[in-house]
Amino acid sequence: MIKIDNHINDDPAYYQLSIGGEVDASSSIHLEEGLKNAMVASKKIIVDLAELEYISSAGLGVFMSIIQDLENEGIQFVIYGMAPKVNEVFEILGLNQLITIKKDKEEALEAIK
Amino acid sequence: MISQKGIIRLSVILGIIFWSLFTIVDLMALFSELNGIAFGFPPFVSNAMLTMFIISLILFYRFNIGQAESVNFVDLLWRVFVSGLIATVVTLCIEFFFTVFASSKVGSNTLVINFLYHVNIGLVIAFLVSTFIVWKRLILYQKSKTLLATWQLYEYALLGTLIFDLFSHDYQDPAFLAVYGILVLIGLYLSFNLKWIAYLNFKQKWRSILFVLLVVIYIWYFFKTLMFFSEKVQLVRDLLDSVFILALITFIIIYCVIALLVILFNLPTTSVFEKKLEEAVNFQRLSQSIPAGESEEKVYEILLDSSVSAVYSEAAWLQISDPSKNVEVTLTHNLDKELIPVITKAVNNSRFKKILNSDFDRNPKSLKISANLKNVNFRSILQFPVTVKGEKIGVLALLKEVNDGFNREMVDIIDTFVNQASISVENFRLLNDAIVNERYKEELKIANRVQNKLLPERLEPCAAYDIHAYSQAADEVGGDYYDVYQLDEERTALIIGDVSGKGTSAAFHMAQMKGVFQSLVQLDLDPKEFLVHANNALSRCLESTSFITVSFFVIDSKKKKVQFARAGHCPSLYYSAEKGTTEYFKNRGLGLGILRNFNFHKYVQVNEFTYQAKDVLVLYTDGITEACNDKKEQFGFDRLQSALTKHADQSPGAIQEGIINDLYEFCGKESLNDDYTLLIVKFN
Repeated sequence: MIKIDNHINDDPAYYQLSIGGEVDASSSIHLEEGLKNAMVASKKIIVDLAELEYISSAGLGVFMSIIQDLENEGIQFVIYGMAPKVNEVFEILGLNQLITIKKDKEEALEAIK
Repeated sequence: MISQKGIIRLSVILGIIFWSLFTIVDLMALFSELNGIAFGFPPFVSNAMLTMFIISLILFYRFNIGQAESVNFVDLLWRVFVSGLIATVVTLCIEFFFTVFASSKVGSNTLVINFLYHVNIGLVIAFLVSTFIVWKRLILYQKSKTLLATWQLYEYALLGTLIFDLFSHDYQDPAFLAVYGILVLIGLYLSFNLKWIAYLNFKQKWRSILFVLLVVIYIWYFFKTLMFFSEKVQLVRDLLDSVFILALITFIIIYCVIALLVILFNLPTTSVFEKKLEEAVNFQRLSQSIPAGESEEKVYEILLDSSVSAVYSEAAWLQISDPSKNVEVTLTHNLDKELIPVITKAVNNSRFKKILNSDFDRNPKSLKISANLKNVNFRSILQFPVTVKGEKIGVLALLKEVNDGFNREMVDIIDTFVNQASISVENFRLLNDAIVNERYKEELKIANRVQNKLLPERLEPCAAYDIHAYSQAADEVGGDYYDVYQLDEERTALIIGDVSGKGTSAAFHMAQMKGVFQSLVQLDLDPKEFLVHANNALSRCLESTSFITVSFFVIDSKKKKVQFARAGHCPSLYYSAEKGTTEYFKNRGLGLGILRNFNFHKYVQVNEFTYQAKDVLVLYTDGITEACNDKKEQFGFDRLQSALTKHADQSPGAIQEGIINDLYEFCGKESLNDDYTLLIVKFN
């Protein structure tokens, strides 16, 4: 089961997306939807993955698929708060080299300034 | 044993023989009496011959007249009619003979008269016996245990009278009357078994009345003829002195009379019974599921026909529209299709409209309506929704030219019919779906077979190492891949890969990966170049959210050196025999297809190590490390590491088995829901 919440902050302007639960092949569609909406809404996106317990390769595929678009559209995108296990998954695949990953919200906000 | 046909033939021959003997003996007795000669045989002999003749007849008809079935009641009666007719025709001929030769010597000769009398007796007895057997069949139609027992008692008693008859009795004899009385009472009791009459339709009932009436007339006629004989001349034997014959005649007459009355009283209600029977048959037709491949339309046709005939409606239509299954049917009975909207409008405007749904299922979309109409050719309508799985797919409407044409019972019947038709259609659709599913399963099995061919059938050990692989997909097909290629005498390329996602889409990408590997590996590229090319190729074929992680190795047995690069794949595990330790190769890397531009090469890192004998390299996919137990704990890198350390001194096959066993022990065999692959290389 996946939990998605969003929060739009005006000052400073950023779009916060919170993903929780488990992202597998079937729930990754919701993740994709959430990310696409965020990308339309804002140029500064921070994604809170603190509540994310598990992400399958299909879920990673969603993150991967937006990398090119983020670059093309000049969107600042930071994920933060990942549990060590989830972080490990991102690292093994090498996504940490392409996506900015921060420890907490503070660092994430700093990164998109 | 003698066959049925044999018994019938034998009984005919015996019947003829015994009748001839019986006639000869009687005539001889008569001749001796006329000429005052003492006759050697007692009357017992002639009686015995008659008895044997009767038994032959019973035997004959018993095997010749089959069991009563609901279709052949009239046929049975027809047989009685025919045997009676034959007997009557012969009797008439004999009478005619007497009229012609009334004055001549031949006509008044006692011997001739007695002979003809015997002919007559034979035919009458044959008629009586055949009628008796037919009555038996009719009475025992739908028999119960008591009925059968009573009948057997009656039949044995009747046969018993044959023995009683061996010794000549006068019909005024008290013993004679007592036996006769008992038989009549049992016969009367049995005669009230007339279940067969209920199964006759109107026409058959009239024919039965005719045939039964004819039986009575025959018997009356034969009785009269026999009397005529006894008045005419001295007879050597009076048939009426036999309890058997008298009891038989009485029983037949009683049954005739009761049957006649019952049929007559049943005549007016026949149509109701027929109607009910028809409803039951229609209901059965509706409930029989349609064989796969045929269309649903059959059910709709039966529904319309049965409904129309069940409620005597003058016109009707059935309109089915189910876009989800591509079904569009409009069936009408005595009605122009163009009138349907007109009548529907009239229903909506009707002021005498009753909604028949019970309160709790009063769904405005599927109302059952009974209404009186104005301004159209029909005065009342009964309208039912046809639903499948709770979805309304159509409407059945029945019309009558009178007001309030549909009563409560008709509504119930139509309700049952419509429900049954719905169930039939539902079953039909389920069956079709099941067939389609079965086909998909079959396709997947084929895919599974094809995919198994994509993995190397067997890994050949070589001088440099011993190798063993194990792969299991969560579904029929999976996304794990491994392969080996001998580059030259000293060098071998080795790859393990894992496609993101699982199932069919993963399987397709896995096949692409195989193509990429087999093409590129022939070029003998170094690991970095190999991965860059592979990434380029795959970037053009993978779905936007798909990627493939691989680890690529080139083993050089001469230099005892291994070059490798990791593209986002789980870090490989290495056991050093010398140090007795196990560790992961944590070099940098990025999955194939993630970065679909020319920058990929920046993320490839090639490493190198030298191996020693008995070192073990373990390649695996994340299905192994991410397998969870009940508490949602992953098997993880640490457990995998210690599992290898524990089993590293064994052969590759045993190491694989050991690790998989440890994995199952940790999380249970059932809970694995990802593809997992394990590849063990033990260096020499």
